[in-house]
Amino acid sequence: MSSQDRDTTTSDRADDRTTSGPEPTGGQTESVVDVANVTFGYTATPVVEDVSLTIDPGEYVAIVGPNGSGKSTLMQLLVGLLEPDTGTARLFGERADRFDDGERIGYVAQHASASKEMPITVREVVKMGRFPHLGIGRLTGGDRRLVDDLREEPLETVQRVTSALSGRLSPGDWAIVDQALETVGMSAFADRRVTQLSGGQRQRAFIARALASEADLLVLDEPTVGVDAESVDAFYDLLATLNAEGITVLLIEHDLGAVVEHADRVVCLNREVYFDGPTGEFVESDALARAFGTEARFLSGVSE
Amino acid sequence: MTAGLVATLAAGVLAVLDPSLVLPLQGVVGALGETVFGVLLWVLDQWYWLMDWVYYLTGLEMIDPRYRYMQRAILVGLCIGVMAPLIGTFLVHRQLALIGDALAHTGFAGVAVGLFLNAVIDLGVSPYLTAVVVAMIAALFIELISEVTDAYNDVSMAIVLSTGFALGTTLISLNAGGLAVGVNQFLFGNLSTVSPQSAAILLVLFVVIVGTVALTRNQLLYVTFDETAAAVSGISVNWYNRVVVMLTAMVVVGAMQIMGVILVAAMLVVPVAGATQVSRSFSESLVVSVVLAELAVLLGIGVAYYGGVTAGGVIVLVAVAIYVCAVALGKVLSARGTGASPDMGAIEVDSADVGKGTGDD
Repeated sequence: MSSQDRDTTTSDRADDRTTSGPEPTGGQTESVVDVANVTFGYTATPVVEDVSLTIDPGEYVAIVGPNGSGKSTLMQLLVGLLEPDTGTARLFGERADRFDDGERIGYVAQHASASKEMPITVREVVKMGRFPHLGIGRLTGGDRRLVDDLREEPLETVQRVTSALSGRLSPGDWAIVDQALETVGMSAFADRRVTQLSGGQRQRAFIARALASEADLLVLDEPTVGVDAESVDAFYDLLATLNAEGITVLLIEHDLGAVVEHADRVVCLNREVYFDGPTGEFVESDALARAFGTEARFLSGVSE
Repeated sequence: MTAGLVATLAAGVLAVLDPSLVLPLQGVVGALGETVFGVLLWVLDQWYWLMDWVYYLTGLEMIDPRYRYMQRAILVGLCIGVMAPLIGTFLVHRQLALIGDALAHTGFAGVAVGLFLNAVIDLGVSPYLTAVVVAMIAALFIELISEVTDAYNDVSMAIVLSTGFALGTTLISLNAGGLAVGVNQFLFGNLSTVSPQSAAILLVLFVVIVGTVALTRNQLLYVTFDETAAAVSGISVNWYNRVVVMLTAMVVVGAMQIMGVILVAAMLVVPVAGATQVSRSFSESLVVSVVLAELAVLLGIGVAYYGGVTAGGVIVLVAVAIYVCAVALGKVLSARGTGASPDMGAIEVDSADVGKGTGDD
């Protein structure tokens, strides 16, 4: 997908929305993620304590921390899957747990999490990215100017409404799906079963799904676990490309080497935030030793 | 949302248990029911007409116009062959294959409730209707348990399964004598007991199930494939899980007439498992599983009729035989298909200065 394409589609969607878009009319840039003094625990003991974090559009942020440090919990709080016990979590200016523009977030988990036996093709997976754009909910929530549209472009509007109601993808939706496959270099695999793909290919398919949903924010939860080294490099190249096009990237990663090499900003977490700043400063700070204990190393050699 | 669910459950339980609430309602619902029932009987008449034609063309004894019950059984079988794998697909790929079994056993409790109420207060409802209500309430309970404990687990399913069966046997033994006679048909299914009324109930279930899946297929697929990503994208996962278990309850009760309580879950699972072996895509697997299920149902009913054996058992045996063939075919296909792998395309880079983050250190 070219950046021009992306700009067009993004502004199209901004027109559709009555709520805040990526570039609000107020002139100031709206934070993608805004978490203030968040504390959360599954039991009485907090897993995440007094965490504050703001991510602006276009940033490439990595959250690192040892096992059990609350990385995944924080991620779930950020995208609204969990509600904080205290503090506030906001996504694109709205309360995260009530956020209903889900298509603006692309979520990629560890590749092992997808059903292993399910017969489903790459194209069908990428197609899911369009689902939040379909359905009755979209018509009532996002298209309040339906009557105006009906007056101006009756044919297109009727087409849009019927496709939304029937849950069927329009030719425009399919073009976006194909473009997303193209962007991640998976067009040749579009009709393959996902179960036949390598770990790296699978992760590309999931990225393509996020692209198809025209996400402004990519959230990746340890995406390269179980992926071979060569594919990992290609995967991070892809992330860098997408980030350069303006997509905000939030990476939850245990591989410190990869983080230091690719992310612009690091948040080091172990229940609370030990460090939040540019990657270069993180490498020189003692945050790592404090958060992880003494044995932590940057595994793949850092060129600073 | 949970409060609303509890209220619905409570209302459902009241409606089943308290006859004083049900009786005044009967007048209002009755008139509506009569109309719908009339339409369904008309549909049945059209089916008889079609079957009669098939009989004159083929001369197949089992669809002789004198055997209306067989014609109805085939209609019911065809409907089961569509709706069971349709729902089964969404269950199997979430490792929920056994939920059908659990709900079928609570459906049996529902049958017992119906028989009991008919015997005690002469309510005159079809046991299949009470079975639908009880199974759907049980389905919501299973879903609630899984939401509260954060996982579906075999323990909660085992508890619901045996509670349902225990309740059923207890109610039936309370009314020992007249009731026990009719129980076998619910346990093992029976072609000859498919009444016009129960065929009509099945047609309603069929329309509701196929309609609901058609409307929500995208969301159901997303939730089945990747629950977390679906939740992030704004789909209410709990809500769609409830839809799936409720539809499952409807399917098992609908299919119970022919398959019986004990074997009904097989129709949700076996054709889907077979289709998984040979299909390349999800949409293909849906179609293939329906085709396999129809094949099993029609062959099974035929063998049961001519061989004089129980239909449910034969249908399952045929389905399993088809599954074994599908596994073999799947092995052959994948052995052939592991030839050339296409080259992975290059990542499309728009700006020349990006994407060089790795490999140069």
